[in-house]
Amino acid sequence: MTPRQIIGKISLWFAVLVIVSPAILFFLWMVSLSLKFEVDNAAYPPVFIPEHFAWKNYADVLASNRFVTYFFNSLIVTGSATALALMVGVPAGYGIARMAAHKSAIVILIARITPGLSYLIPLFLLFQWLGLLGTLVPQIIIHLVVTVPIVIWIMIGYFETTPLELEEAALIDGATRWQVFRHVALPIAKPGIAVAFILAVIFSWNNFVFGIVLAGRETRTLPVAVYNMISFDQLSWGPLAAAALIVTLPVLLLTVFAQRQIVAGLTAGAVKGG
Amino acid sequence: MSALTQSTPAAARFDAGPEKELRPPSYWPFVVPALLVVLAIIIFPWVFTIWMSLNEWKVGSPTTFVGFSNYLRLTSDPRFIEAIGHTLVYTVLSVLLPLVFGTFAAVVFHQKFAGRGFLRGIFIMPMMATPVAIALVWTMMFHPQLGILNYLLSLVGIPAQLWVFHPATVIPSLVLVETWQWTPLVMLIVLGGLAAIPTEPYESAQIDGANLWQVFRFITLPLIMPFLFIAGMIRMIDAVKSFDVIFAITQGGPGTASETINIYLYSVAFTYYDLGYGSAIAVVFFLLIVLLAAIMLYARQRMLWTEIASDA
Repeated sequence: MTPRQIIGKISLWFAVLVIVSPAILFFLWMVSLSLKFEVDNAAYPPVFIPEHFAWKNYADVLASNRFVTYFFNSLIVTGSATALALMVGVPAGYGIARMAAHKSAIVILIARITPGLSYLIPLFLLFQWLGLLGTLVPQIIIHLVVTVPIVIWIMIGYFETTPLELEEAALIDGATRWQVFRHVALPIAKPGIAVAFILAVIFSWNNFVFGIVLAGRETRTLPVAVYNMISFDQLSWGPLAAAALIVTLPVLLLTVFAQRQIVAGLTAGAVKGG
Repeated sequence: MSALTQSTPAAARFDAGPEKELRPPSYWPFVVPALLVVLAIIIFPWVFTIWMSLNEWKVGSPTTFVGFSNYLRLTSDPRFIEAIGHTLVYTVLSVLLPLVFGTFAAVVFHQKFAGRGFLRGIFIMPMMATPVAIALVWTMMFHPQLGILNYLLSLVGIPAQLWVFHPATVIPSLVLVETWQWTPLVMLIVLGGLAAIPTEPYESAQIDGANLWQVFRFITLPLIMPFLFIAGMIRMIDAVKSFDVIFAITQGGPGTASETINIYLYSVAFTYYDLGYGSAIAVVFFLLIVLLAAIMLYARQRMLWTEIASDA
């Protein structure tokens, strides 16, 4: 290696370090906060690695009955909203792609622009009239506002790239359109469905604004539950950080393990979004 | 948009052959369920919001049709006008900073180095993590006495700041969080653009002896411009609507110093339960986003024209 190349290598690694350190340091600090007793969290100068780890913070959060309830609420809301979105969104993406009805995608674009709160006002009234407040149903329905457009958008893009020849051959052999979709198009589209599934799960899991209006004491999802912890015990940082980490851990694991799908989905959506 | 150009050959296929009358209607059953869902949860709320904005509509009291008076009330509502200002400052900063840092990060991630995939995974974590959980940790970091940020500042000799606890620094502090969170998205979009650039211009630049900055400024930057524009547009739409982080960290405070339109909309609709007025804010807010998008498109067009003009 010439000196010039060595300097190039060093500056590249320096640049990489500068770029990734805000993310790494933030999450390390989050872990550190969650593993410290109050004495260490209130210490100045700050303690990075405590002498005694406060595993108790995690045990306390997990042992609380409410937290388990909220976890299952999140699981039910995200699970149902994602499953329903896939059930209606995958066929719709297929239909729109095959009909080349691209103008219909404008609805999805406008839905992307509309602020979430403007769906909440009318739907909040609707749920009130229907007497559904106090159950998880309103949250499942309103999370469809997030999940359905994502699924349709990604599936349109995906079905446009899958080859038509096989489907046409199956049609000539006398298969119905539904059979073609079910046995030819759907199996090929599995990677696209995986992308749609992962993004729908993440955005639904992370959603906060719908829950804060629609959730009651028993129907909170995890982000809302964590927010309520902030307002009530401002000073116990350890358990708070532990709760925050537990809430976001599933998403962070998905990000690491399904990075390829997430990047593909986000950039496809982004580029088409222009 | 590529979608429009693709539609021509696909549509032409319908007209050819005996399937002409069979094809278009037979795909409708696939779309109908989604159409019903979209009608119920997306179209219905739009229409109903417009209707509500024309009424005096408070939870618990009878509604009366009042025409445009909710909209007139907006023009003389100092809190709303102030919120527009906060939103614009917040949005401009939250578009520009991620664009600059994201482009830099994309250029770096475009190079080959060991562990690139893994480090990219770490780098995109901030935008995938649950915003409320993130906001909570930032709140602790902003703490004036015990927060890590003031400790870090003290290491380099900068006096302690009040961050989100002072009206003058609250918006820049929130922009810091927003930038930390959303720089990765810009990076991903620009990285996609870099992957599409041919290698020839770089080879000839090397022969001509251009330095790194010149290569970036005169080759890379013009070629990734369309991607930067898309990233900027998406960033604008998201920054203008930003809610979770602002609400969880400051709730619009101190006072109303960080109250954006979206936060004010929340207060009006779900703290005061003034749903008619809230709907009017929602409608104006939506139009403002469309207007900002239109201005960006117009600026982009002008830039293209001047480029063409200077080439000729």
